Amino acid sequence: MRFIFKTRYEQDLVLFKHPGQRFWYGVLMAALLLAPLVFSEYFISQLVFIWIYSVVGLGLTLLVGYTGQVSLGHAAFLAMGAYTEAYLQARGWPFLLSLSSAAIVSGLTGVVIGLPALRVKGIYLAIATLSFGFIVEEAVTRADSITGGNTGITLGSLQIFGLPIDSEARFYYVSLAVLILCILAVMNLMRSPTGRAFVAIRDSEISAQSMGIHLARYKTIAFTLSAALTGIAGALYAHKLRFISPEQFTILQSIEMLIMIVIGGLGSIYGAIFGAAFWILAQQLIVTAKDWLPPEIGQQTGLQPTIFGIFLVACVLFEPLGLYGVWLKARTFLEIFPFYRKGMFKRQKSYMKSERLK
Amino acid sequence: MQFLQLVISGIAQGCIYGLIALGFVLIYKATETVNFAQGDLMMLGGFFGLSCMVVLGMPFWLAFLATLVAAMLFGMLMERALLRPLLGQPAFTVVMLTIGIGYLARGMVTMIPGWGTETHTLPVPYKDEVLRIVIASGNDALILSTEHMVIIAVTAFLIAILFLFFRYTKLGIAMQATSQNQLAAFYMGIPVRRINMLVWGISAAVSACAGLLLAPITFVHVNMGYIGLKAFPAAVVGGFGSIPGALVGGLIIGIVESLSGFYLPEGFKDIAAYILVLVMLVILPNGLFGDTMRKKV
Repeated sequence: MRFIFKTRYEQDLVLFKHPGQRFWYGVLMAALLLAPLVFSEYFISQLVFIWIYSVVGLGLTLLVGYTGQVSLGHAAFLAMGAYTEAYLQARGWPFLLSLSSAAIVSGLTGVVIGLPALRVKGIYLAIATLSFGFIVEEAVTRADSITGGNTGITLGSLQIFGLPIDSEARFYYVSLAVLILCILAVMNLMRSPTGRAFVAIRDSEISAQSMGIHLARYKTIAFTLSAALTGIAGALYAHKLRFISPEQFTILQSIEMLIMIVIGGLGSIYGAIFGAAFWILAQQLIVTAKDWLPPEIGQQTGLQPTIFGIFLVACVLFEPLGLYGVWLKARTFLEIFPFYRKGMFKRQKSYMKSERLK
Repeated sequence: MQFLQLVISGIAQGCIYGLIALGFVLIYKATETVNFAQGDLMMLGGFFGLSCMVVLGMPFWLAFLATLVAAMLFGMLMERALLRPLLGQPAFTVVMLTIGIGYLARGMVTMIPGWGTETHTLPVPYKDEVLRIVIASGNDALILSTEHMVIIAVTAFLIAILFLFFRYTKLGIAMQATSQNQLAAFYMGIPVRRINMLVWGISAAVSACAGLLLAPITFVHVNMGYIGLKAFPAAVVGGFGSIPGALVGGLIIGIVESLSGFYLPEGFKDIAAYILVLVMLVILPNGLFGDTMRKKV
């Protein structure tokens, strides 16, 4: 068992808590860099999906997990990023510029929706973002001069500084680099005063306000950053699929993104990545399992939503920290080996909190 | 004449939204949680009614009653098995749970033989009939479809029953008390948990009823539940905690949708409800009938 004896306040802020972490993340990094040399192109392609969904998960967990604001319309930000990227790339903008523009456009949309939506909270916010998602979906379908309407648009091949990103392996490195930058950005954000303010807002708006946190400002910042991250993911998503159309950005997509991060574990970077990995790998497993199952079950289109739904309900009921919670428990169990007690991670019960004045 | 016709079909559609919104509001008032699976309960109701009529060969009225009872039991079971363990957890947990239940229900329904992913027609006795009413001679006749009329009539009847129930029965008054102040109600000897379970049952039954009424117009299919999402704007426009508000909100959304489908360019029909709710949230966040509530520390 490791005990970190903290002697300076700065130790609370370091990115790597102890040398072991530095070592293991180094090993992980090396393994990820070598992966395209070892695995098949198909597997690498799935890994790319995991990186992209992880960026989505990071964006969403920043808003939902850290700031405690529900959003049922995040597919709209994904669409914003994807369409901005497609539009700018067709006009010959270099990738880095169009990627940052995708983030900026998406982030600005986040401000626009954030300003009215943040006057309301809780359930009203969920409904406002839901409405926003529907409106963007419809707008994307109708604005066919820019978006190609229901027929969609195809993206050209990607180039970075003249280097063509034409193979799956090259795109793998691009998306991995983007993901790592996004993770570092979120980690840095969460140890800054802004990030601490987000967490304070999540835990209690009234206490946060009493501590001098400007609620509307910080919620808008959270909304903007979350939208920008999702926009970046959208741009990568557009390049990965090479073809985008409005039916990829429906309310179902928004709900599935939420389900993904809840299964992974809300409010942690690990959770976002675990969620994305689970989402993609489980889909692959289900596709593989279809050949084994009797055709009455295997050929059903509803198999995947059923399984994911069961996982989600099970997570909410038994494991509020999702897969990250499972990992945390397993690690603690091994770290303190014979001393693990059943009640160590017991959920706190509290009285029903009422939003009502009475 | 055309305007009147549009308004009436809007009212019929609005009644459906109103009924689903009523389901939300009942649960919200009683337990302060929002049920995102309300639309999916409606879908389940539609499918259950369909099976009663097609497979079991029941007449429509019997299937209707059977569906109401089944939905009520299902709602109560859902509360008991899934929601009660989460009492005292943050609101987001419950939101996620109900989203999960809805997602799960949509997945499972496609796997049930005979339900599946196809669209089905509910063989109601009043299908495809129209009423012609001539208001003033010389005008065109007002053509009303029976389906719309049945929706309006049944909704009115249901609302009347619910009104009488909440106003005059002991149980209804206990429910009102619970929704106003749980703790005080508990001290008065009202079994709060059982009451909440019953509220979930009533709410599920109301949405199943909406599903059966809607079935002749839109058919029964898996994604029927998405109509439930339009009931959120209805509930917000009316003020989230108000029962008459839910109905009025539903009617407003229905009429606005019907009119914008005709007078505005294509595409506005589907999002009119959402534009309306965003405008409403900006100018009047508490809705038409909602009361202002501030939280104290």
